[in-house]
Amino acid sequence: MKCDRCENEATVHETLIKDGVPVERNLCESCAAQSGVVKQPSPENILDTQVAKMQLIKTKEPAKQAHVRVVACPNCKLTAAEFRQTGLLGCPHCYKAFGAHLAGLIERAHEGATKHVGKRPGRAGGDRERLVQLQERAESLRRLHTQLDEAVASEQYERAASLRDEIRRVSDNPSGN
Amino acid sequence: MTSKKPRQPHDPLEPRHTPLWLDGSGPNSEVVISSRARLARNLAGYPFVTRADRADRLRIFKICKDWIPKSHVAESTSILELHTMPASERMLLVERHAISKPLAKGKPYIGEPQEPKEVSHADPRGIAVAQDQSGLSIMINEEDHLRMQVIRPGLDLASAWEALNRADDRIESGLDYAFHEDYGYLTACPTNVGTGLRLSCMLHLPALKIVGEMDKVKSAANDMSLAVRGFYGEGSESVGDLYQISNQTALGKTEAAILRTLADEIIPRVVDYERVARKTLLSKRKLFIEDQVQRALGILTHAHVLGTEESMQLISQVRLGVSLGLIDHVSIEAVSSLFLLVQPAHLQKIVGQELDQEGRKEARAALVRKKLR
Repeated sequence: MKCDRCENEATVHETLIKDGVPVERNLCESCAAQSGVVKQPSPENILDTQVAKMQLIKTKEPAKQAHVRVVACPNCKLTAAEFRQTGLLGCPHCYKAFGAHLAGLIERAHEGATKHVGKRPGRAGGDRERLVQLQERAESLRRLHTQLDEAVASEQYERAASLRDEIRRVSDNPSGN
Repeated sequence: MTSKKPRQPHDPLEPRHTPLWLDGSGPNSEVVISSRARLARNLAGYPFVTRADRADRLRIFKICKDWIPKSHVAESTSILELHTMPASERMLLVERHAISKPLAKGKPYIGEPQEPKEVSHADPRGIAVAQDQSGLSIMINEEDHLRMQVIRPGLDLASAWEALNRADDRIESGLDYAFHEDYGYLTACPTNVGTGLRLSCMLHLPALKIVGEMDKVKSAANDMSLAVRGFYGEGSESVGDLYQISNQTALGKTEAAILRTLADEIIPRVVDYERVARKTLLSKRKLFIEDQVQRALGILTHAHVLGTEESMQLISQVRLGVSLGLIDHVSIEAVSSLFLLVQPAHLQKIVGQELDQEGRKEARAALVRKKLR
């Protein structure tokens, strides 16, 4: 979803309730900050504002204006409300996007544990930085594959060929996965 | 009846083949039907399945389908593409515990109605099955991109985990898994993060049920953060006195620690508990228990109409009779395999036609009579 003000992706979805009528605004992080209406996201108040929103709608209180902010994962756009509904996260970035709120939930679900102590992917050979690089490389490859699919669909064969080369270059295996 | 027929447990679509995990062998098999180890893994760089659109799900499916057979997880691996299979065959796989109900059904894409239509070809998903005796299978595009499991007969969690861990290493050698320094392997549901490991045993506990001790077992398990579920897992009722006990938490403990707790402490304790209850029944209520198991056998060998649940309950009693030595002309494998054969998809596949509920009851009774004669 695009930002209402610019071409960036909207990650802040705000619902203003004016005289009981919800009005939605979708902004990117910087336009949201510029607008001055929205403070920096605090995971704790996601829940509070959700509860406030529910109560407002429920009681149909003639509130003059209430700010409700719903934070979405910048990568997959999953909202906190959607997560609460299904109990499922949308992508690895959600673990960062829903930060402290999610950390509490994980701690409760795992009897107070907060840190993984088991097996680690062997591919990085125990090198933490390498592990991060591999995750980033996987993201780039996925993006390139998506672009390749689009190029093929729109019959841009030259672009497709150069994307294929790029995929081969980024990936260290010939199948390009 | 007691002689063992040659098996081909790796043909998951043949209803007459008893799957390896149900063959009545393995340690403590009179109480422990099977042991299962499962790992949840996701590919780095991709959204989790429910958030992935068709193009992403296709790519994830293709990556896994291309790599798994080449990864040497087994001498040979076959891939079943569930989106091209009829519902009856997908149900058969569910009954055999090869795939989950949600995987059989398929998931809608974002913005689609929750109930997917029967056009399941829209959702690319499948299962890789090792063509050997390892009991390894890998679901692709279930709740997580990869859900791999090894199921072994009897109480054998250690070997199930060992085989699964090896398979995980081989698969990971060609793929990048989503991983987080604090949370370990990242999963769609935050309750699975960390090791992504779930170990479970399927237990047959008829004596504890008869002596009225099952509630104690359940509440003790709850206190230890273990889950007790029925024959068909999450949300299923326990029929046929079959219970699955599994770990609930996967973060903050090593795989070895999770294994130790379940395999060396919890499960053996429940097994002993059931054994004591069986002994008590034999020594103090012999006439009652003999009557009970012979009545069950009598109904199963003579009835002409049998429901699924009723038959599972009776099969449970007969299995108890066999393991107590009160019934000697039926093998434990034969009676155990009946738990599967009476399920609707198995039954219809064996009969070779679709049947309504009444038709199934009649066919079920006929099949059971034939098997126990």
